[in-house]
Order: sequence, then structure tokens, then C-alpha cells
Amino acid sequence: MDFTLSKEQEMARTLFRQFALNEVKPLAQEVDETERFPVETVEKMQKLGFLGIPMPKEYGGQGCDTLTYVLAVEELSRVCGTTGVIVSAHTSLGADPIKKFGTPEQKEKYLRPLVSGEKLGAFGLTEPGAGTDASGQQTKAVLNGDHYVLNGSKIFITNGGKADIYIIFAMTDKSKGTKGISAFIVEKEFPGFSIGTKEKKMGIRGSSTTELIFTDCIVPKENLLGQEGKGFGIAMQTLDGGRIGIAAQALGLAAGALDATIAYVKERKQFGRSIAKFQNTQFQIADMATKVEAARNLVYKAAIAKDTQKKFSLEAAMAKLYAAEVAMEVTTKAVQLHGGYGYTREYDVERMMRDAKITEIYEGTSEVQRMVISGSIL
Amino acid sequence: MKIVVCIKQVPDTNEVRLDPVTGTLIRDGVPSIINPDDKAGLEAALQLKDSVGAEITVISMGPPQADAALREALAMGADKAILVTDRAFGGADTLATSTTIAAAIKNLEYDLVITGRQAIDGDTAQVGPQISEHLSIPNVSYAEDIKVEGNSVIVKRQYEDRYHTVKVEMPCLITALGEMNQPRYMTPGGIFDAYKEKEVTVWGLNDITVDTANIGLKGSPTKVAQTFTKSLKAAGTKVQLDAEESANFIVEKMKEKFIL
Repeated sequence: MDFTLSKEQEMARTLFRQFALNEVKPLAQEVDETERFPVETVEKMQKLGFLGIPMPKEYGGQGCDTLTYVLAVEELSRVCGTTGVIVSAHTSLGADPIKKFGTPEQKEKYLRPLVSGEKLGAFGLTEPGAGTDASGQQTKAVLNGDHYVLNGSKIFITNGGKADIYIIFAMTDKSKGTKGISAFIVEKEFPGFSIGTKEKKMGIRGSSTTELIFTDCIVPKENLLGQEGKGFGIAMQTLDGGRIGIAAQALGLAAGALDATIAYVKERKQFGRSIAKFQNTQFQIADMATKVEAARNLVYKAAIAKDTQKKFSLEAAMAKLYAAEVAMEVTTKAVQLHGGYGYTREYDVERMMRDAKITEIYEGTSEVQRMVISGSIL
Repeated sequence: MKIVVCIKQVPDTNEVRLDPVTGTLIRDGVPSIINPDDKAGLEAALQLKDSVGAEITVISMGPPQADAALREALAMGADKAILVTDRAFGGADTLATSTTIAAAIKNLEYDLVITGRQAIDGDTAQVGPQISEHLSIPNVSYAEDIKVEGNSVIVKRQYEDRYHTVKVEMPCLITALGEMNQPRYMTPGGIFDAYKEKEVTVWGLNDITVDTANIGLKGSPTKVAQTFTKSLKAAGTKVQLDAEESANFIVEKMKEKFIL
């Protein structure tokens, strides 16, 4: 079993790390403080191909593997959770379902601008009454000649308002339950589509999380993604991939908090010596580093599974569950080891702890991951 | 237009520590990078490729590990890469190095050769100009800007207190300053192509035409007597005086130091 990255993956990690330190880190605190979507960073990432890393070259993507994409989300999140999730939601939730389920025409029209980064993508499944129970969709789509008419709303949509292309789930036949859900590719400019309230969040405050509102929204028939009634499967398979992206974000947050804490405990002096000299600090750091490494192994394994296995739900759920819980634990310990300073917004660990919490919630809560894991074992 | 860019893989001096006992560099675990001045030279070449079109060949003399520096150059957008490596080239000083690299360049077609001004692990600034001597082409050093005009290049040369703008016919060699630009990032796809689709051509002693007496340790007249860390200069004295008083002040100071 080989745990080493290939030379190209190593070099890509160096690239992502340099970019993160030079271009992303300097903005992280301000983006959080002002709840500002870092549009300049997204433009830079677009030029460098960061918005199409695991996407086919024939559509203008970078032609890299899922593990390289995971390295990008990890390294970006290591300095800024907001930037990590922008890339993850765009790639895994916006572009990936079109890559997997789109027709050649849909790929040409929508995947190409998404993977070149010219357009940003998002994914709308969650509704006020349909969170973990995604089958409770209230948004309806009615076929009317050459188009569908969508009515309803979505909430907590990452990249909402900033994205140009949305994968939207709606009931085409309520009587069939989950088998009545269909997926659609919806452009921001489609008539009847509007952006609702922007959420005020605890963490990842630079990412735009909004409501989407559909009022007699006209969606051309050819924008049905996959077949009618197959939307639930598309959503679940897409979320399997999305969970690997969020697991990478969680891993990055944990690794970033560990980086900051290692530097801090060597500097901070109490009782005449650096706090790194105290056994409590040493043992805490040892535990944090071990858990980050264990999370990394699970996340990378899930990334490899996505490229090599037909089904990778189990690996993705384990990676997301563990990495998210490690992110919460490690960032909390990081704040503790920073003491009073760690509780102030002067220090990055305060933001990282707030950012980490969402990784236990979105794209399937930790409880949902446990359901998926036990469901595939028992 | 065909451009050859010479690059050197060097230890990242930002990460290098000195052994407190021996005073020598601790190179273990220090990441290797493309020498910053060379990377600026590569970026200058890539900008010419973007603006007027060019085929860029990067060339490096070094151990097999220098492959990574060449792949990085390919990932930034260079077209071809050549690694000049052979045990016979080892232990070379600047003269033997420039002899070897020039011999490799003679195998290639070129209009323009770009090197960095100097490498951060040696700081000699000799290899570039020496290559131009071996190739019998003009050399313009300390370039801060390069423009192509017909069959010539217009180079802005930086001095401590002024610039010279020089027009020189190609083929010629230019040594680039790190300050001349901000080298571009690689792209993820560029990295994958650099490893999976592009080649690094490896040339050894048998692939170039060179007198073995002039290469490697044998061909290196330089003898290193001692290496030491440069002591820090004290902060200078600043005075504001008119021209005549200034001249007198300087003369007095020089007398104090027995220079006059």
C-alpha cells in the first residue's frame, strides 16, 4: 500500500500552498470580518484553472485527479475556510453532476464555462422542510410544452447569488416520493428565478449562503439533468462527491489550526519558558497532529476511491464524519492552547473554530454520515 | 523566435539554517526552488511568448533531481526542457559550468538566451556572461525589461543609480534581474502535463561537444580558500550639507580612515 503522493501531486500541493499563503491568507481575516465574498480570489483561481481541477480536458478542465482537487481544497482551507468551500461547492456540487449526468449538449453549454471558471456553480437541494430528509421536497416542476415551470424555494445554498449555474431539485411527481424528484440546470438569468435572503452565519462568513426563490421559473426542457424521476439518485451521488470536498475543507481547517498552534506555543512564554516545553502542550499537540494525519489518510483514501471505484459512499461518509469532528476538536484545542488570545479575532484560530462547525452540518450532518456508514455495514 | 532559458535549482535560502557550530549551511530537508533571477528570466521569456510568440527551451545543468525544476518550468509554460547531467560535470566552477552549458546550447537553435543575473547559492553573476563569451554573442546583463523589435531586443539595464536602454541584435544573451517581474504560478493541469505528456531530455557528456579538460573539477581553475558569513555593515552616517561642505566632509572622513 503506497501512501506517497505522486510527483505531480506533490508539485500541485506546493502550488496550492504558495497560492494560499500569498493570495488567500492575507484576505482571510478581512473577508470573515466583513462577510465579503472574495471575488478577486475567485478571479485569480479562475485564471489558474483552480475551478476545474478534476475536470476533463476536452471541456477545458485541468485533467487532474480527485486527490489533486482535494489537495487544493485542503491547502486553501488551511488558511481560509471560505475560499475552500467556494471551490468545493462549485466543483463537486455545481460542475460534477453535469460531468456525470449531463448530455454532450449540456456539457458543452454548461460544463465548459464552469470548469474554465468563467461561470460559478451551485447546488440547490435543501428546503425549509427538507434538510436531512431530502425526500420532503416542496419545490415543484411542471412540464408545460417545451419547458418546465418551477415553483418553490431553497435555503442555505452555498455560492447563492454569486453562482451563474445552479443544479436544482424539484418534484415532478409528488405521488412517487423520492422517485418523483428530478434535477434541473438553472441559469441565474432564467425568468422567475431570484435570490432571497443572505444568511448571517457563525463561520465561513465570506461565502455567500442564500435562499433561492422560484416563482413560475421557466426552465427549458433540455435543461432536465438525467431522466425525470432520477433526481434523488443524482443528488445522493453528487453529495457523495461533495462530502469528499467538505472533508478536505475540514482537514484543511484542522491542519491550519495545528500550524498556527505549533508556531504559537513555541513563541508564548509562561513561567519563564515557552509553553511548548510543558508536557500538557506537548501531549495536546501530539494528539492533534495524530488526528489530523488520520483524517488526512481517510480523506485521501476517499478521493482515490472516487476515481477508482464505482461506489464510494462509505469512504466519503467516513472521511467527512471523521475529518469534520477532528476539525471541530483540533480547532477548539487550538483556541484553548492560545488562551485568551485565541478567543480574540486577532488570531486565526478563533475564525477557524467558527468555520469548523459547519463541516459537521452541511452536505450531510455527522448524524447522516453515521446513518450512511451503518447502513452500508449492517 | 526561439528562446533558451538557463535555470538552476537552488536550495530555498529562506529555509536554510546555519549550523551554529561549524557555520556551514544545513541543507537537509531544505526545499529546492528555481533560482529567483532565473525564474524571472523564464517569466520574461513566457511574456515574450504571449506577446510575440516564441518557442521556449529551458536548460539546466545539475544532478538528476534538477528534473523537478525543469518540470516546474514546463508547468509554467515552457515548451521543451533539457537536463544536462553527468558525473563528469561535477565539481564545476563557473567557468567549467558555462563551458558545459554553452556546449549544450550549441546543439540548439536560438535567437535569444536568457539567464538569471546570479544564483542565490553562489552569487557570482559570472555564468551568464561567460556563456555569451563561449557562444560569441553579445551579452546584456542586469535586464529589468526586455522588448522585441524586429530582429533586435531593447533591454532596460539597471544600474545602482540609473538605467541604460540598450538595443542589441539577436542572437544575444540577457541576464535577468529577479525584480523585473512577478513570475506566474503554474497551473494544476500544466503540472500534470509536465509529468505525463512532456519530456525532460537528458544530455550527458556524450551528447555535447566539449573538451573534457575544460569541464568538471578538472576544468575549474577556481580554488575556494574559505567560506564565511558576511559581517553586517554598521549603519552609515547621514549628513545634509551643500556641495562644497559635502566634498570637504568626505575628504576628512577618508583621511580619518587613511584612505587619503
